[in-house]
Amino acid sequence: MAIVFKKPESLTDNPFHYCPGCTHGIVHRLIAEVMDELNIRQDTIGVAPVGCAVFAYDYFNCDMQEAAHGRAPAVATGIKRVHPDKVVFTYQGDGDLASIGAAEIVHAANRGEKITTIFINNAIYGMTGGQMAPTTLLGQVTVTSPYGRQAETEGYPIRMSEMLATLAGVAYIERVSVHDIKHINQAKKAIRKAFEYQIAGKGFTMVEVLSTCPTNWGMTPVESLEWVKDRMIPYYPLGVKKEAE
Amino acid sequence: MSKVLMKGNEAIAEAAIQAGCRYFFGYPITPQNEIPAYMAKRLPMVGGCFLQAESEVAAINMVYGAAGAGARVMTSSSSPGISLKQEGISYIAGAELPCLIVNIVRGGPGLGGIQPAQSDYFQAVKGGGHGDYHLIVLAPSTIQEMVDLVQEGFDIADQYRNPVMILGDGMLGQMMEPVEFKERKPRQLPPKDWATTGWKGDRPRAVINSLFIDPQVLEEHVQRIYKKYEAIKANETKVECYNCEDAEIIVSAYGTTARIVRSVIELAAKEGIKVGLIRPITLWPFPADTFSSWVERDHVKAFLTVEMSMGQMVEDVTLSVGGRKPSYFYGRTGGMVPNPFDILDEIKKIRGGNR
Ligand SMILES: Cc1ncc(C[n+]2csc(CCOP(=O)(O)OP(=O)(O)O)c2C)c(N)n1
Ligand code: SF4
Ligand SMILES: [Mg+2]
Repeated sequence: MAIVFKKPESLTDNPFHYCPGCTHGIVHRLIAEVMDELNIRQDTIGVAPVGCAVFAYDYFNCDMQEAAHGRAPAVATGIKRVHPDKVVFTYQGDGDLASIGAAEIVHAANRGEKITTIFINNAIYGMTGGQMAPTTLLGQVTVTSPYGRQAETEGYPIRMSEMLATLAGVAYIERVSVHDIKHINQAKKAIRKAFEYQIAGKGFTMVEVLSTCPTNWGMTPVESLEWVKDRMIPYYPLGVKKEAE
Repeated sequence: MSKVLMKGNEAIAEAAIQAGCRYFFGYPITPQNEIPAYMAKRLPMVGGCFLQAESEVAAINMVYGAAGAGARVMTSSSSPGISLKQEGISYIAGAELPCLIVNIVRGGPGLGGIQPAQSDYFQAVKGGGHGDYHLIVLAPSTIQEMVDLVQEGFDIADQYRNPVMILGDGMLGQMMEPVEFKERKPRQLPPKDWATTGWKGDRPRAVINSLFIDPQVLEEHVQRIYKKYEAIKANETKVECYNCEDAEIIVSAYGTTARIVRSVIELAAKEGIKVGLIRPITLWPFPADTFSSWVERDHVKAFLTVEMSMGQMVEDVTLSVGGRKPSYFYGRTGGMVPNPFDILDEIKKIRGGNR
């Protein structure tokens, strides 16, 4: 019998701990498939964040480092400077990347660090129980914006991809979504391109993935996917934000 | 090799390069700026990498990444910058990564000042960051010793997979002295087979991590690290005793202050007062046993700790003396350097029973 669907080699056998309907797992799988296809598993060093993906080091079947909250780009910089011939990626949430680690991501991008960042924007702090993130939409209710996020007091949801795309060190940034098959396929293409650009030494690369958190959004998995499509994408437009020749 | 005249900070940098350090991540702060400047010039010449990070926070996490990737790596800073690095230092200790951290201490708290101080002793020796861990803290008192300890420090870090801190001060960083870069007998160091270098399947998958979510596993992890600390205490404790034989008063001091105490000992001798010096070279592990061995001697009447702080190391001295003899403190702080005559006055007061 022919095997038509199997686990990528770049994932370990450890079962994911993510909640039902959470798209962290889908993104893990896409990254692993790309690592398999590019045959780079043995040459890849990943950096896990602090956030729901903290155990990513148990899932990616390659050498891994676990960074402090927000510092993955700095850790990846240290790794890449020691091993310029290896593929180095960070996997970071929106609290991690856009809030506490805002300085690290800006400067890694600006230096043109030849790393790939997979940025999971789920508009919330998942791991700590659903607090407001810098990416939380206006009016969105979270445990620390119980009356809905107000621009007046909490500012505006931050578009990291557009902001980072202004930096000269950036080779490639695309925002994608994983709310349906078509978009999942596009997300994989973007992740693949980001790794290819890194390998070609073009500069900093990032893929922002609009992702779900049914648990802290208080929705079913299906409602969550709808919410990404109907609420997140209009504010966070998909597409390539920067691509170097 | 012949001696060269070097500024303390530059000597640290050159010593690190000669010890095989090829990666430096830092952020500017006075009074240690000569270290990154020297590294920026020299590291590219030897195939290394100097990177000025966006902050001390980023710098220490770059050190984490590079150390986890198997490199000999260092950072340097001064007090406020070292405070910012504390989370990263705790992660480095928890993940058992070897690296060298230099603190050229200046006066505090807060922005404090830029003159030499020893007011970061607690931070360096008692933890600084969160959790159960220790740095190995080396306190040179001459530029030559700084060079020797930097080189030794990298080996100690690698041998025990533990971060090592050089605790200097603005005086040691800025002064010039002749130094010699000696041929060193390298230690037998374990291979870094735990480092993330790309996994070919010929060793277990490398994971650099300080998260152990199961409390029982975390406790075992910490207990194992503390076993390592016992070996460090047994093997690496370093102290100098000077003029202690038949000393009436034993002064303890480290770094710059120990230099001053040496001239106090001469001044005191001229007046017929016998003063000795116990100079901890490792602040952690602290040479408690050395104090214990002198405390029982009849000729020793009292201990005096002198620091450029409001009194930090004195707590360890007093603990070691254990109430068996009186333990006094004299210090200046905020960048003020103790004057030998003032220290001598303190000694006289102690002798005269006026303290
Ligand atoms: C210095 C520090 N501050 C706060 C925390 C607590 N913390 C853990 S995860 C997290 C938020 C993670 O949110 P995000 O990055 O959006 O990831 P998600 O869980 O949503 O995937 C916070 C604040 C921490 N671990 N360290
Ligand atoms: S809390 Fe949210 S982000 Fe975290 S695993 Fe659950 S659904 Fe996913
Ligand atoms: Mg999030």
